[in-house]
Amino acid sequence: METIKEKKVETKSPKSIRISGAEAIIHCLLEEGVDLLYGYPGGAIMPVYDELYKFQDKLTHILTRHEQGATHAAQGYARVSGKVGVAMATSGPGATNLVTGLADAQIDSTPIVCITGQVARHLLGSDAFQETDIVGISTPVTKWNYQITKASEIPEVMAKAFYIAKSGRPGPVLIDITKNAQIDELDFTYEKCTGIRSYKPVPSPDIAAIEAAAELINRAKKPYIVFGQGVILGEAEEQLKALVEKAGIPAAWTIMGESALSSSHPLNVGMVGMHGNYGPNILTNECDLLLAIGMRFDDRVTGNLDTYAKQAKIVHFEIDPAEVNKNVKVDLAVLGNSKETLEILLPMVKENRHETWHGEFKKKHEIEYDTIIKNDIHPTKKGLTMGEVIEEINLASKNKAVIVTDVGQHQMIACRYAKFEESKSNITSGGLGTMGFALPAAIGAKMGAMDREVVAIIGDGGYQMTIQELGVIFQHQVPVKIVVLNNDHLGMVRQWQELFFDSRYASTVMTNPDFVKIAEGYHIEAKRVTKREDLKSTIQEMIASDKPYFLEVKVEKEDNVFPMIPSGASVSDIRLK
Amino acid sequence: MSEKKQWFTISVYSENNVGLLNRISGIFLKRHINIESLNVSKSEIENVSKFTIVVHTTEDWVHNIVGQVEKQIEVIKAFYHTDDETIYQESALFKIASHLLFDERQIQNIIKESNSQIVTVSRDFFVLAKTGRKHEIDEMHDQLEPYGIMQFVRSGRIAVSKEAMQITALLNGIHK
Repeated sequence: METIKEKKVETKSPKSIRISGAEAIIHCLLEEGVDLLYGYPGGAIMPVYDELYKFQDKLTHILTRHEQGATHAAQGYARVSGKVGVAMATSGPGATNLVTGLADAQIDSTPIVCITGQVARHLLGSDAFQETDIVGISTPVTKWNYQITKASEIPEVMAKAFYIAKSGRPGPVLIDITKNAQIDELDFTYEKCTGIRSYKPVPSPDIAAIEAAAELINRAKKPYIVFGQGVILGEAEEQLKALVEKAGIPAAWTIMGESALSSSHPLNVGMVGMHGNYGPNILTNECDLLLAIGMRFDDRVTGNLDTYAKQAKIVHFEIDPAEVNKNVKVDLAVLGNSKETLEILLPMVKENRHETWHGEFKKKHEIEYDTIIKNDIHPTKKGLTMGEVIEEINLASKNKAVIVTDVGQHQMIACRYAKFEESKSNITSGGLGTMGFALPAAIGAKMGAMDREVVAIIGDGGYQMTIQELGVIFQHQVPVKIVVLNNDHLGMVRQWQELFFDSRYASTVMTNPDFVKIAEGYHIEAKRVTKREDLKSTIQEMIASDKPYFLEVKVEKEDNVFPMIPSGASVSDIRLK
Repeated sequence: MSEKKQWFTISVYSENNVGLLNRISGIFLKRHINIESLNVSKSEIENVSKFTIVVHTTEDWVHNIVGQVEKQIEVIKAFYHTDDETIYQESALFKIASHLLFDERQIQNIIKESNSQIVTVSRDFFVLAKTGRKHEIDEMHDQLEPYGIMQFVRSGRIAVSKEAMQITALLNGIHK
């Protein structure tokens, strides 16, 4: 490893201590400020677990019930706290079970470091027991990965791992450590990584580009902002709000960006994308200037690219140069950290009000309210809707909860109707769409923000993919609130089957177990709501509880989520029914 | 940028690390783009490796790929060029039965006209080395084929750009 050799200055610090590789790993974690990690032990990682036992007063290890749960918990923790989440697993199946979480963290830019044990150096390539090429397997789904085969490499590689995971556009890093490197001794000193010559995490802001952006903003008649998670990752919430207010620009969000701007802000016009709001989608094709801030033009956001915002000038505020012109060709790219670039932009922008233009959003909202929203959150029909459940959670939690969602109809409904006053509050699997994400991610989210209410909202399908993590909630009395919106179907796939496959419900009907009994089996207080009159009081009881709480709500079996942009259609062709 | 497919030479300057080839080739795999030729060697800068990758695709795709390649932690810088913008060569070796050199007079003419070199001659076979552009090597191959080629191999393309690749300056900037 050339970079490491080059950077290593071979001076033995007087502070260096002679310890095992396994103990060095613990010291590295402590040096990086880690006090909590998730994982699952096994043969090839046992020396590290032995050290975790000795250091348990400084470092809490949470035993998830499956390694995938460890990665999602680390993600949930990272997403609410802004810190790096850590997950640990053994070699072979332990390592391969991390892959889904790594892929999820990669596509949603979540900083996590995963540490895997590996068979000893001399056994590599021999198909030893529980040997798998996790570095090879995880390469496409990690920002960086590396295999340590010598104890002496540990401090420098671990420092690099944390630096890479957190800096620039964050992402997952996997460090695979052979068993001999855990057992052998090294002279340990630790120095945090502050730079790597081949890696430029944040492009320097180009003043000319920012001036050009200001010029476009000042000239625009119908400017429109679509912001994504880049605002949250870059901690640019204040700058975004200031820009929106000063230039009077209506702003919509991708689901990953939700909560960066308060839901109650008058210029927050809602959600873009396949199940986003009517106005934000339709008006994408009517604005004259589209400011895309910290978002990456995912296909679920843009629909058909050939008809996406063709009439508008597009300016892309982005930290990752590879995202510029990847999906949508833009007129101007403003590279850099959004906090920094928006900060420079703000004084150049003239104060403005675009009331007529903003009025267009209000008009579209009225249409959507009358045809969809009203029936979703204040239904008059018999069956319970997912929307009214979210509305009751908003009311009971006073819009202050962290909402963690899984994937599917409940996720779209939650993103549409949950209200947020604080940033880093909407935790969901956006890019990868990982069913099973929510329950373990909610555990991590609660541990990353113990002072906040954390409500996991999950469908009956995804819940059963990682349901075993109830064991963690029980063992550690993690006071998360779990709401399963049970429609006895894989609802989103069923909706597509109804709309596009002539209602042929291939493998989407679920015969479910008694979820309340399962939760009670873990000694978690559990209720089931089947009638509207019980909903409000039960949700209030759940939010008031300071313990883990499970709530199953039996919702209408065949409700659909609307509006909807059919796959491959234009944002203008959004359907209200 | 053009939708038209053409040949591009991608030059990647990187750290010399285990696993980086896998990481780079995965970027092509994910996009279902075939690597037509690949060469990895040292570069003009100490401890910096150079990948030379040839692809036949559109400029949109090559731009996208180079962005993804450059994003990899251990990649210092990546460039792409069209054939017109580079000086490029490939090498080939032909192993041919020795008796043909005497039995088939035309072979000696092919050797002279193709500007190839005889690398070795033994009782049983001789080896011809040819450096040039792909079509020149293809031509020579076609000419020799009727007489029987025992073994043939061609290297990946190696290329230098006509314009400077601002790598040294970039590295110096980072060192500061």
